[in-house]
Amino acid sequence: MNFVNLFKIALKALSNNKLRGFLTMLGIIIGVASVITMLAIGQGSKKSIQSEISEMGSNMIMIHPGGDIRGGVRLEADDMESLKLEDLESIRTGCKYVTYVSPSVNSAGQAVYGANNTPTTVYGVNADYLDIRRYKVEDGEFFGEQDIKSAAKVCVVGKTVVGELFTNGESPVGRVIRFGKIPFRIVGVLESKGYNSMGMDQDDLILAPYTTVQKRILAVTHLQEITCSALSEEYTEEAIEEITGILRVNHRLRESDEDDFTIHSQQELSSMLTSTTDMMTVLLAAVAGISLLVGGIGIMNIMYVSVTERTREIGLRMSIGAKGRDILAQFLIESILISVTGGLIGVVLGIGASLLVNVMVAYPIYIQPWSVFLSFAVCTLTGVFFGWYPAQKAAMLDPIEAIRYE
Amino acid sequence: MNEVIRLENIRRDFKVGEETVHALRGVSFNIESGEFVTIMGTSGSGKSTLLNILGCLDTPTSGEYYLDGAAVRTMDKNERATLRNRKIGFVFQNYNLLPKTTAIENVELPLMYNSRYSSAARKERAIDALRAVGLGDRLLHRSNQMSGGQMQRVAIARALVNSPSVILADEATGNLDTRTSFEVLALFQQLHSQGRTIIFVTHNPEIAQYSGRNITLRDGRVISDVANPAMQDAAETLARLPQMAD
Repeated sequence: MNFVNLFKIALKALSNNKLRGFLTMLGIIIGVASVITMLAIGQGSKKSIQSEISEMGSNMIMIHPGGDIRGGVRLEADDMESLKLEDLESIRTGCKYVTYVSPSVNSAGQAVYGANNTPTTVYGVNADYLDIRRYKVEDGEFFGEQDIKSAAKVCVVGKTVVGELFTNGESPVGRVIRFGKIPFRIVGVLESKGYNSMGMDQDDLILAPYTTVQKRILAVTHLQEITCSALSEEYTEEAIEEITGILRVNHRLRESDEDDFTIHSQQELSSMLTSTTDMMTVLLAAVAGISLLVGGIGIMNIMYVSVTERTREIGLRMSIGAKGRDILAQFLIESILISVTGGLIGVVLGIGASLLVNVMVAYPIYIQPWSVFLSFAVCTLTGVFFGWYPAQKAAMLDPIEAIRYE
Repeated sequence: MNEVIRLENIRRDFKVGEETVHALRGVSFNIESGEFVTIMGTSGSGKSTLLNILGCLDTPTSGEYYLDGAAVRTMDKNERATLRNRKIGFVFQNYNLLPKTTAIENVELPLMYNSRYSSAARKERAIDALRAVGLGDRLLHRSNQMSGGQMQRVAIARALVNSPSVILADEATGNLDTRTSFEVLALFQQLHSQGRTIIFVTHNPEIAQYSGRNITLRDGRVISDVANPAMQDAAETLARLPQMAD
């Protein structure tokens, strides 16, 4: 008995019962389609969060002063003055996995222009900050080294600040605004970046030379934060290790001392935020997987009915020379045909439904090739698994009884 | 003439609960190639059990059965399946055709389980067999579009298609009206005249007159085994039957 003949026999048997075959298939179709759609939706939201986070900056690493214990009291981390300009220089010169480094000192306050005013934050940074946070100057230019050296009263403003202060549409470049008591001349306007994934307006800011903010606004010499970019995402871990080593040396920490700084990376943030969507994806896929299981049980049910119903046919086939394994193969091929055909239709339907979700409600979707392969493989296995017992039952029939079965 | 079937003291016991039922209690006979034999007996005589053994569906508890010289009793299930496929053609009382399937597809079925036949060869042999039973013009009719007589002819063609050593008919006319019964019987006689070996199992004594030899069973034993020198012609009987008013 060759495989082609068995295949023909199985196909013939299925085509004799098209409606039943289709209804059985429907269980698999719905199962596979929902697995693919749910995974596409889950993966889509993960992708969109990841891309929003990568919009925030390029492989950012943020260094903050750590809490310390002074006389038994743990101090607020932000109050610490452990990060210095020397640390910044050491990182710049000593770290080979770090490309851009910028200090950050910030102060919240009221920005005023003419009759308009708006609450915002001024960030004292250097020119690397643009590359680290992926800002672009749209109008005018960024302040230069000379401005930083001289602690010049110049600034670059974000679109939200421009919108609040320059209500009559005049060009802000060259105008002087006031932040607290200090007048700043605007030298450039940043391109808009919109809101980030945590709902923060990334255009509501003023960038000024860090020296200016340190001396003229805060009157401090330490840094509140050092922000840098790792060479690439893969090197984030290495960069963090390098920075930790350098800072521990700079801060003269002993082997037994805790770090007096904390380092966060964009990668951390990304995995933290995507863990929620990962969980959601798993849940959705699990529910969809259950429907696939139910579809499989449907196959088993129908195959059992089919074996009972076709007992005489099985008896006849055996009496004209079919071996037990021929009968087993025939019914197994039937159930695999049902599940694989259902699987194929399910894949097409699932991809279609995902695209429909994308088009109709503009939800981000991402169809991963492995999810298609996986659900397809699962439904083939379903066919074998749930087809096995009915097929085995058919193969074990006694031809003498089967041929006279009423 | 060479021997197709040789039964030597065949016994078949069944265990029913605590009791042992002796369905066959020592049956011996030989059948030569080209014979047309009827095996008769009332229900309970053991003729179904004998048919199952002759058809290699069952094996005797003791005794030997040689089909074309091969000892069947020691064969396993798969070997017997192959033997059935190559050497035996079954014709059943209730035809056992596949539903919604054309005559050709039904007839070529035994060859589907024989990998030596290509798809074209199967079809050719199925058509030949259908022509031999007079259904050359109904090759593509489906089983549900045919009358009982036609279905039984398809079943006979299916039994012929593998050129078996012996054709086993189990009450092959049992479901047919008198007229069609004689038509089918005439077909069997025609096949017999072409040299086929036919064993016809029945409880109907009338049929014995149309065969060349008659074996009667009772209580698991052969009580008579007689040749019928004056075999009647079923075609003549058919011609003498009163025409049915349509």
